[in-house]
Formats: sequence, structure tokens, C-alpha cells
Amino acid sequence: MRVFLGLLFALALAAVVGLGATWLALTNGTAFGAVTIGAWTAFPRTGTPQVDPYARAAIARNGELPIGSGDGVAFFASADDAGRPLDGRCDVSLSGATPPARYWTLTLYDPAGGLVANALGRHGFTSQEIVRRADGRFDIVAAPRARPGNWLPTGGVERYVLVLRLYDTPVGIATRASRETPMPEVKLEQCP
Amino acid sequence: MIRWTLLSVGGLLLGGIVHLATMLILPRTATQDAYARLAPLSEVNRMAPIPDPTPQTSVVPFMDPAFVSAVCRYDLSGGPIRFTAPLSVAYTSVTFYTRNGVAYYAINDRAAGRRTIELSLMTTEQREQLPVDEDVTAADRLIVESPTPIGLIVLRALVPEPGMAAAVRNTVAAAQCRP
Repeated sequence: MRVFLGLLFALALAAVVGLGATWLALTNGTAFGAVTIGAWTAFPRTGTPQVDPYARAAIARNGELPIGSGDGVAFFASADDAGRPLDGRCDVSLSGATPPARYWTLTLYDPAGGLVANALGRHGFTSQEIVRRADGRFDIVAAPRARPGNWLPTGGVERYVLVLRLYDTPVGIATRASRETPMPEVKLEQCP
Repeated sequence: MIRWTLLSVGGLLLGGIVHLATMLILPRTATQDAYARLAPLSEVNRMAPIPDPTPQTSVVPFMDPAFVSAVCRYDLSGGPIRFTAPLSVAYTSVTFYTRNGVAYYAINDRAAGRRTIELSLMTTEQREQLPVDEDVTAADRLIVESPTPIGLIVLRALVPEPGMAAAVRNTVAAAQCRP
């Protein structure tokens, strides 16, 4: 009887630990080989056949089609430079420059990867649409209400994710530091 | 006491094995992966447009709304397939995915050169069976080897500004995928 109880305990522990770890890994989006620059994080290896099993499982579960490494790289930001989560009811400013790339796009998604409804029907910018300053840098404001200049409507959602995709770029697996890859600064400015 | 410690250690080790096994099996049991989502919209070995994402619907999550895309759901069991896509005004890319969504190859318009992206997709066995002389004459066309007999080819073309949407859409519609 004691042997049986002991085995039952060990098996129950194994099931809880094993399945719990799998569930945590999938919900938190664990992946290796992250490149983090300021508020932005990319996983360049998810676009190659060398993708790790964790990213592979997450991709299969979400139904995503990750951007191939011969195509470009996607940087995600869900918090500002100071680590405060991006809130659609607040004003968030993005300013600066992007790493070298033939084209880039910036898109605002809800955390599940869907677009956010807004009156303007605008979900992001491409590198050609953006209005730049004289020195080639740019300023974008993500805010619930209209702004002059590059306004990215947030639709007033509570949480959102910004994705900056660089197409035809040298940035990738070999990218290490932020010195040669300038990313826009993300700053939560004011909340109502 | 020792007995329970041993059982706990054994349970934890077994838990680690359970975790690794479920992580490895998961891609094969996922029912809502990209291939399953695109299957109802496309025929085998034919190009099909992927509807643009809207706030209400998005076929796959995190689609780039600045792009017009199309998919070819391929099956190489009947032989190699040929893929051709004219280059659009701004930026065009072709990405190859396995059945489970692993991006094993991607090429963009600059790497492809010329005015169209033209390539043959085949399995490693089919490539080995190619007659040698044909391989030589085919040197100017790109051969891509698929690690799995089924998968997805996704064509993406950038709409750099809204006024160019119609032109880009026409170019994407001209892409072909055939045995």
C-alpha cells in the first residue's frame, strides 16, 4: 500500500511539473536567441530551420507564419524603454531612427496578434509613408485621439504590441549590441 | 524520509521528461497551425490570395497589413512544382514553410534578380533523380529543396503607400504555382 501511494505521488508530481512547465513555456512565449535593443526584442532564429523546439511549439499553437531570415526580421515591443507596459489610453512617443533596411513597417496589434479597430483605418506605417525631420529621424505618437504628424491610433485598447519589421536588412542572428543598430526610443508620456 | 525524497526526485525527473516530450509532440498535434488555417482558402498546388488582415479577422496572427500576400499549399508527392512570381513595384519576398510552420527558406527580389522570381521546388529524392544534363541546363533557375513533401509557399509584396495597392495586387495575382 505504501509503495503504491509513493508511486502515485511521484507520477502525480511528474504530470504536474511536466505539463505545468509546458503550459508556462507556451503562455510566456519562451524562445532562445533573443536580440534585445532598448524596448525591442527579436527572435531571428525563428525564421530559420534551426528554430528551437520552444519557438516551434509556440508557432504551431499560435498559427503564426514567422518572417523568414532571408526576408527580414521582426522586433516586438510591449513595454516602453523604462519597462512600463504600453497602454492604448496613454500617449506613447516613438522617436529616432531604424537600423539599415531597404524597407521597414511599424504595426500596432492587440496582444493576440489582431489589428486594432480605429476610425482612420490606420494600423501602422511603412518607411515610405512616414513624415521625417530634416535630419532623417522621425517621431511617431501612438495615442487614442488624433495628433498632428505621424499619428498611430491605438483605438483606446488597454494593452497592445508594436512590431517593427525590417525587410532586406543585415540585422539578424549575428546582431549583438545596440551600437550599430539604432532602434526608435519608446516612451510612455502621459496617461489621462 | 529518504524514501519520500527519492520519490520526489524521481517525480521531478519524470516531470522533466514529460515536459520535453510534450514540447516535441505539440507541433504535430496542433490543430490551428498556419497550414490548417490556410487549407480551407487554398487548393493544392495552386496560388490563392490570403485575405488582408482586418480588425475583425486575420487568417494568421501578426500578419503585416502593409503587404499583399498569396499562398501556394504544395504537395510534392506527384512530382516537383514550379513557382513564378513577377516582381512588384517595391519589395517582393517568397518564404517557404514546412507543414509545421518552420520557415526553411526565404528569398527576396534583390536576391532573385531579373524581373521575376522563378524557381523549382522538389524533395531531396526528386533532386537526386534529376538527369545530370538537365541539372546543368537548369542552372539558371533556382532549385529549392523541401524537407517535407507538403508545406506552404507564401508570396508577400509590399504596398509602400496606399495609392499603389491596386498595382501590387495585380502583380501578386499574376503569380503561378503548378506541377
